Amino acid sequence: MIVVIDYNVGNVRNVCNAFRHIGSQVQLSCELKTIENAAGLVLPGVAAFGYAISALGDLAAVIKDAASAGKPLLGICVGYQMLFDESYEYGVYKGLGLVHGKVVGIPVTQVVPHMGWNLVKPQSDMDLFEGLGKERHFYFAHSFYAQVADKQAKVAYTDYGFELAASVQKANVYGTQFHPEKSGESGLQVLRNFAKICNKNGNGLC
Amino acid sequence: MLTKRIIPCLDVKDNRVVKGVNFLNLRDAGDPVELGARYSEEGADELVFLDITATIRSRKTIVELVEKVAEKVFIPFTVGGGIQNAKQIDELLRSGADKVSVNTAAVKTPQIITEAAQRFGNQCVVLAIDARRSKTRPGKWQVCIKAGSEPTELDVVEWAIKGEKLGAGEILLTSMDADGTKAGYDNLLNKAVSDAVNIPVIASGGAGKLEHLYDAIVDGRADAVLMASITHFGNYGIRQIKEYLRGRGIAVNL
Repeated sequence: MIVVIDYNVGNVRNVCNAFRHIGSQVQLSCELKTIENAAGLVLPGVAAFGYAISALGDLAAVIKDAASAGKPLLGICVGYQMLFDESYEYGVYKGLGLVHGKVVGIPVTQVVPHMGWNLVKPQSDMDLFEGLGKERHFYFAHSFYAQVADKQAKVAYTDYGFELAASVQKANVYGTQFHPEKSGESGLQVLRNFAKICNKNGNGLC
Repeated sequence: MLTKRIIPCLDVKDNRVVKGVNFLNLRDAGDPVELGARYSEEGADELVFLDITATIRSRKTIVELVEKVAEKVFIPFTVGGGIQNAKQIDELLRSGADKVSVNTAAVKTPQIITEAAQRFGNQCVVLAIDARRSKTRPGKWQVCIKAGSEPTELDVVEWAIKGEKLGAGEILLTSMDADGTKAGYDNLLNKAVSDAVNIPVIASGGAGKLEHLYDAIVDGRADAVLMASITHFGNYGIRQIKEYLRGRGIAVNL
């Protein structure tokens, strides 16, 4: 079972819809027991960073412990940004610190928000991009981005006038700045790949 | 670099997709959920669903439709038609819509744009403008409301500039003169608005041939092209459209 963390922000329904569409067992939950028993966790998020991290509350420690213990974790959009050490979106907020780096605003020399389809180039052997070739388009909608400063993290970049980190992978921790649940067939393949990772970790029912 | 977007538009009436000419003479084009799912699978970049009935009774129907669409469509989609307040916008976003387009209500109460942008983010607020060539002011266009039935005194370019200031994240610009004619987009209109604002402009109305799409992007400076007839009735596939545009040097998601 994949558990999508329910912490009362943005639109989490679409992430569940996409997992169901690819045939995954998925549940939306904020219950401690359910989260602990999950084969994998998804941290979605459509909100400002400060609001999202405070809405997460005590669940932050639960997610962090689960990820540190090896449970696959996928952060999406603001959920991805929360994987990092800190964010500078309307203040300074601490993140989960699972991947080193900080979240800052897209330079105003570019059109903000970065919204639309952009070409993502993953490093070789990034699990989420298996079967997707050297580069693929994904759908983005965000105004802040992560500056990855973690030597252990693999990073996929996209070009938005500068190299913008579109996805990270550090051991069992995964994240996408883009929305896989809104990126058509390529996005569904990313979710299938995550479900496969969860299957290896769990009991084969993801 | 962001790609130019190909956006099929589904006009919905009584739970069916319909398409007319110059906003009249509607023709049935299928089930909205099925057609939406097909476009999502075929590689469309976004979808727009417009409730052209837009009555009080149809509000509930459109929310139910949005929920069903969200289960089958895995690309961003916009919902519009008859939206009057922030509460309705909230309901549609919660039901699974990614963006909401506002037309008549924005003209009557422009604050709805600001209120929605502040509450939900400007990325999900689309200002829809129905434009008609002005008979009295050559080279200008006037804003029409109520599904094009009521002309206003507003100038389209000025209204677009104001819409951006109010907080709209995007402009969906429909030429009523070109709509459904398949004779090409009104690219003087598209260019006039694109040059005046910094937010993306979606060109709508008049697509009949592949080169019309190219012209809207190059001559009209549109960030995205909306179409209905040419894809609904199977004249062109999404992939075919994108291969054509890429062949002419346009960056597309293919």
